[in-house]
Amino acid sequence: MVKRIGMEVSIAAAEAVKQANVDVISAYPITPQTHIVEHLSELVANGEMDAEFFCVESEHSALSVCVGSEATGARSFTCTSAQGLALMSEITYIASGLRLPIVMIIANRTLSAPLSIWNDHSDAMSIRDCGWIQFFVENGQEVYDHVFISYRLAEDREVLLPVIINMDGFTLSHVIEPFELIEQEKIDQFLPPYQPLYRLHPDRPITMGAFALPAIFAETKKAQEVAIQSSMPKILEVLKAFGDMTGRYYRPIETYKTEDADTLLVTMGSFGETASVAVDKLRDEGRSVGLMKIRLWRPFPFEDLKKVALKAKNLVVIDRAISVGMGGPVASEVKAALYGYDVRPSVYNFVAGISGRDVAPSDFIKMVDKAEIEIEEGNREGYELYGVRE
Amino acid sequence: MTKPEYEWTWKEIPVGNVILEPGNASQYRTGDWKSLKPILDQGKCIHCGLCYIYCPDMAYNLNEEGYFIADLFYCKGCGICAKECPTGAISMVVEEEEK
Repeated sequence: MVKRIGMEVSIAAAEAVKQANVDVISAYPITPQTHIVEHLSELVANGEMDAEFFCVESEHSALSVCVGSEATGARSFTCTSAQGLALMSEITYIASGLRLPIVMIIANRTLSAPLSIWNDHSDAMSIRDCGWIQFFVENGQEVYDHVFISYRLAEDREVLLPVIINMDGFTLSHVIEPFELIEQEKIDQFLPPYQPLYRLHPDRPITMGAFALPAIFAETKKAQEVAIQSSMPKILEVLKAFGDMTGRYYRPIETYKTEDADTLLVTMGSFGETASVAVDKLRDEGRSVGLMKIRLWRPFPFEDLKKVALKAKNLVVIDRAISVGMGGPVASEVKAALYGYDVRPSVYNFVAGISGRDVAPSDFIKMVDKAEIEIEEGNREGYELYGVRE
Repeated sequence: MTKPEYEWTWKEIPVGNVILEPGNASQYRTGDWKSLKPILDQGKCIHCGLCYIYCPDMAYNLNEEGYFIADLFYCKGCGICAKECPTGAISMVVEEEEK
């Protein structure tokens, strides 16, 4: 067993980027992502990390630099939050369209207005359709681990897609947690140097990012769609290989006490750990409740989700963002997954914890109680903002 | 060797739509964009080459007789050559009228 050490999650994330032998870091500081880039700039300035650190004037430039550096074959990293991600959003579509395996951490934060620095998933949802593989992690160790998983996955010749690691701002980024760090030799074995399929080089000129007329655009998008859809076996393979190395086996859909459970809480991100405490309390009272946690957001793991969800009677989906005018985006996906089945669980949707409002185990219990009563009364697809003062 | 873009299937497109053959834009027929084409009156031409210089598509080439002639494979029919010609030797003609 590796020794566990206490470390701030942002610092551990930066250490993972160092251990992943990243060649280029380009980032612009924004709360709550700041500690990650600060630590990376220190590592580079102190000569502890052999990388180029680009201090750019905006997030738009930060990701643009990564697109350029990745195109030359340099392993590249950036990270941001909220308004920074919004400014970067144009380039997120370009990175995936050009099939450049950049890895980005998003320390999730609320999009303004009203202006807020605290955590929710509205930033991640704003670029939901950008074509990157997207993970939501639950704790600090998972942030650290997913940096290696993401580069290995992104750079695979059968994948070649950028990857986003979503971590809840403050709730994860600013807390000190115990970490099992991985020895460098093991990481070097798990993550060999990047071998690009195509790269910009003056000796062999190629064109990236060319204009495409309607006659070829749809064919290009089909190739991109097939690439992300068929990355699922590779995702499972990489998660398995990582588990074999560390003993920490991750899955696209994580389950906690879901067997034989009538009601399942469905969460994404750091909600998972808190909700598991609520599940334990409810189980102690003899209630038939379990927890399903969505780790992989894109490509959406429909098959894995259905295997768990179809055994339950009620799903209580907790979203940490609103698609204004529609409800919770996670609930929308869950409902889509179940549409083809005549016998399917009811889906009750809460939007909770937006802009960093605390959601305690007692809140999850209240949500389960409320949902079970509403569903009992025939409200099979309710939606509400939890805890709003009337 | 490249082929017309409407012949590519999604499986054949290089990853990321990378163009592996440099300079293949020369195989793209921009000439079919035009509705007007330039006609040179050789009697008025003074061989100054302004049409060649101003042409935004580099469609003009010098022929063996010393005249600059637009290559209609590339010429988009913008009319800049006719506008700039100091002797009015170039006129823009609707393509269909030629038939």
